[in-house]
Amino acid sequence: MTQVPSAAQVTAPTAGSEPLVSARGLVKEFPIRGGLLNRRVGEVHAVSGVDLDVYAGTTLGLVGESGCGKSTTGRLLLNLLQPTAGTVRFEGRNIAGLRGPELRAVRRRLQIVFQDPYSSLNPRLSVGAALAEPLRVHGTARSATEIRQRVNELLELVGLSAEHAGRYPHEFSGGQRQRVGIARALALEPTMVVLDEPVSALDVSIQAGVVNLLQRLQDELALTYVFIAHDLSVVRYISDEVAVMYLGKMVEVGSRDDIYLRPTHPYTQALLSAVPLPDPRRERARQRIRLVGEVPSPVDPPSGCRFRTRCPKAQALCAEEEPALVDRGHGHPSACHFAEVLDPLAG
Amino acid sequence: MAVIATSPTTTDSAQEMDQAGRRRRPPWGRFRLLLADAPTGAIVIIAALVVVAVFAPWLAPHDPLQPVPGALSTTGPAWETGDWNSVLGTDFQGRDILSRVIYGTRISLAVGLVGTLVAGSLGLAVGVVAGYLGGLVDQVLMRIVDAWLAIPALIFAVFLAMVFGNKLGIWSIVIILGAVFWTRYARVLRGEVLSLRERDFVRLAQVAGASRWRIMRRHIVPNVANTWMVLASLTVGVVIILEASLSFLGIGVPPPAPAWGSMIAEARIPLMAGKWVPVAAPAVPIALTVFAFNLLGDWLRVRLDPTQRNL
Repeated sequence: MTQVPSAAQVTAPTAGSEPLVSARGLVKEFPIRGGLLNRRVGEVHAVSGVDLDVYAGTTLGLVGESGCGKSTTGRLLLNLLQPTAGTVRFEGRNIAGLRGPELRAVRRRLQIVFQDPYSSLNPRLSVGAALAEPLRVHGTARSATEIRQRVNELLELVGLSAEHAGRYPHEFSGGQRQRVGIARALALEPTMVVLDEPVSALDVSIQAGVVNLLQRLQDELALTYVFIAHDLSVVRYISDEVAVMYLGKMVEVGSRDDIYLRPTHPYTQALLSAVPLPDPRRERARQRIRLVGEVPSPVDPPSGCRFRTRCPKAQALCAEEEPALVDRGHGHPSACHFAEVLDPLAG
Repeated sequence: MAVIATSPTTTDSAQEMDQAGRRRRPPWGRFRLLLADAPTGAIVIIAALVVVAVFAPWLAPHDPLQPVPGALSTTGPAWETGDWNSVLGTDFQGRDILSRVIYGTRISLAVGLVGTLVAGSLGLAVGVVAGYLGGLVDQVLMRIVDAWLAIPALIFAVFLAMVFGNKLGIWSIVIILGAVFWTRYARVLRGEVLSLRERDFVRLAQVAGASRWRIMRRHIVPNVANTWMVLASLTVGVVIILEASLSFLGIGVPPPAPAWGSMIAEARIPLMAGKWVPVAAPAVPIALTVFAFNLLGDWLRVRLDPTQRNL
C-alpha cells in the first residue's frame, strides 16, 4: 500500500478490445472410479461452467480457497487438461482439443509456473540443461553457443547469474528455484504465463522479491499473467482484475478496486474480512464475517447457489435458483441474489 | 502488503547465491563421501573376484580344460596326498580343481553381470514405457509381466534351456537369465514411473512441447537410475545362483567350460565316497560371491533411496 502502482497496474482493459484468452462455459469433471470392476461411480465437479476473459498486458488474479478449482481453471486455460465441456479461445481460436504441431505452437505462447519449486525442476538435470530444453525442443536456438547465450540471458533476466547454469536444483534455495522456474517459462518468449501460486511455497521475505521480479518482467516483456493465489494481499498488489472462485464457480469478477473496495458477494466479503489490518485499533473495532461449517464436497455440490450452505444471507430462493454472474447495479458482475456493497477492509 | 513494499528485489537473491556457492565440493571429495560407509567385506570380495577373473591365466597353475600331465583322476587335496602340484586335487578327468575354480570366476562373473544387464535393460525399457504411456500399452505389458512372474524361475529357465539348446554356447544362458529376471525390473520401475510422471517437471517438459520419447529419456530414466542400480546389485546374486543351478542340472554353461555349478554336479560321486573338497571348492566361491553382491545391494538400497530405509 505504501508503493506507487506501476504503469502496468493502472492500465485497465480498454472497453471493446478483444480478450487475449477467453473461456466460455468451462467444465471439468474428474471421474471417481471404484468397486470391483473399476466402474465410474461419480465425479468431482472441479470446475462447473466458468467464463473468463484475460486481456493482453494485464494481470488477472484468481483467488479462492484450496480445492475451489482455481488451479484446474489455470490448467484448462493452457490446454494442460482437456475440458469436459466449454471452449478456450486464444487470440480468437479454440485451443481445446488441439493436438500435435498445432498444440506445440500454442504451448510456446502459453506457459506456466508451478507452486512447488522443489517438484518443478528435474533433480538430475543442471539448471542450464533445464532452461535449454524448451529451446532445443522448439529449435529457437540451435548451436551450443547460441543456447548457452540464451540460457545466460534468461538467468540474468530473473536475477541469477550465468555461473548458476552448471549447478543442480538441490544447490538452490526455494526462492532461487522459483526464479529458475520463471526463467524456464520465459525461455520461449510466451505471450501469457499462468502463475499457479508462484509464491505460496516461499518464505514471506522471499515472496516480495519474486513478486517484484514478476512485475518487472511484465513491464519489460509486455506479458499477460493469470495469477492464481489464495493470499489476497499478494493478489491485490499484482492484479488489474480479480476473479473470485468458490467450489468450481466464479462468484465475483471485477477490477481490483471493485473487488477490494466494493465487494458485493458475501463470500468475497468474508474472505476480505479475514485479511488482517495493519492498524490494531481498526482491527479490533471492525466487524468480521465469520463463515460457519466446511466447504461442501465437490463430488456432491449444493443445489442453487453453491455458497448458500455457509452464507449468512441465504434464503429459500438460494437453494432453488442458481444466481447468474451478472452486474447487479454495482458496476461489476456478482453471482449473488442479494448482492450489496460492503467494505470489510474499512473496519 | 507492507512486507512487499519494504523488501527490495535484490536482497533475497544475493543472500541465496552466497549459500549455494559454499556448497560446492570437488568431484573426488563427493566420491569418497559416497563410499565412506560402504560395506568393506563386500567391496573386498568383489574386488578380489574381479582380480582373479581378469588374471586367471597367470593365477591358475594348470590348464583348466586338460588333465594335469601324469596325474591320476579324482585325487584328494594336497594335505591328504602330499602332492602340492594340484593343491585341491584333480577331478574325474584328472583336471586341476583349483585352476577350474579360478577360471570359473570368469564365467560366473561374466554370466552374472551380463545376465543382469540384459534383464535390467529389458525391464527398464518395459517399465518406463508402460508406466509413462499408461493406458492400453500399460495394461498389455503388465499382464505379460504378471503371467511371466507366475512361472517359477527355475522351471521356466529349464524350459528355455530346452528350447535354446546349446546352439549359442554361453550366450544362451545369458539370454535365458535375462528372460527370467526382466519382469522384476519392469514391475518395480513402472511403479516409480507412475509417480514420476505426475511430477511438475514432467508437466513442464510437456508444456515446453517435449516429445514423449524425449521426456522418458531425459526426465524419467535418469530419475529411476538409483532404483535400477539397487535392483541390479540385488539381482546379480540370484542370477549367479540360477546359473549354477542350471549348470548343476547340465543345461547351463556347456562342458568342458569350468562353471562352478557343473563342477559341483561332477563332484557328487566323490562326495558319496566322503571326498568333500571337490564340492566345497566351487561351492564356497558361489556363496561368497552371492553374499558380497547381496551386501552391496542392501547397502546401495539404503544409500541411494532413503524412502526404502525401513524395508
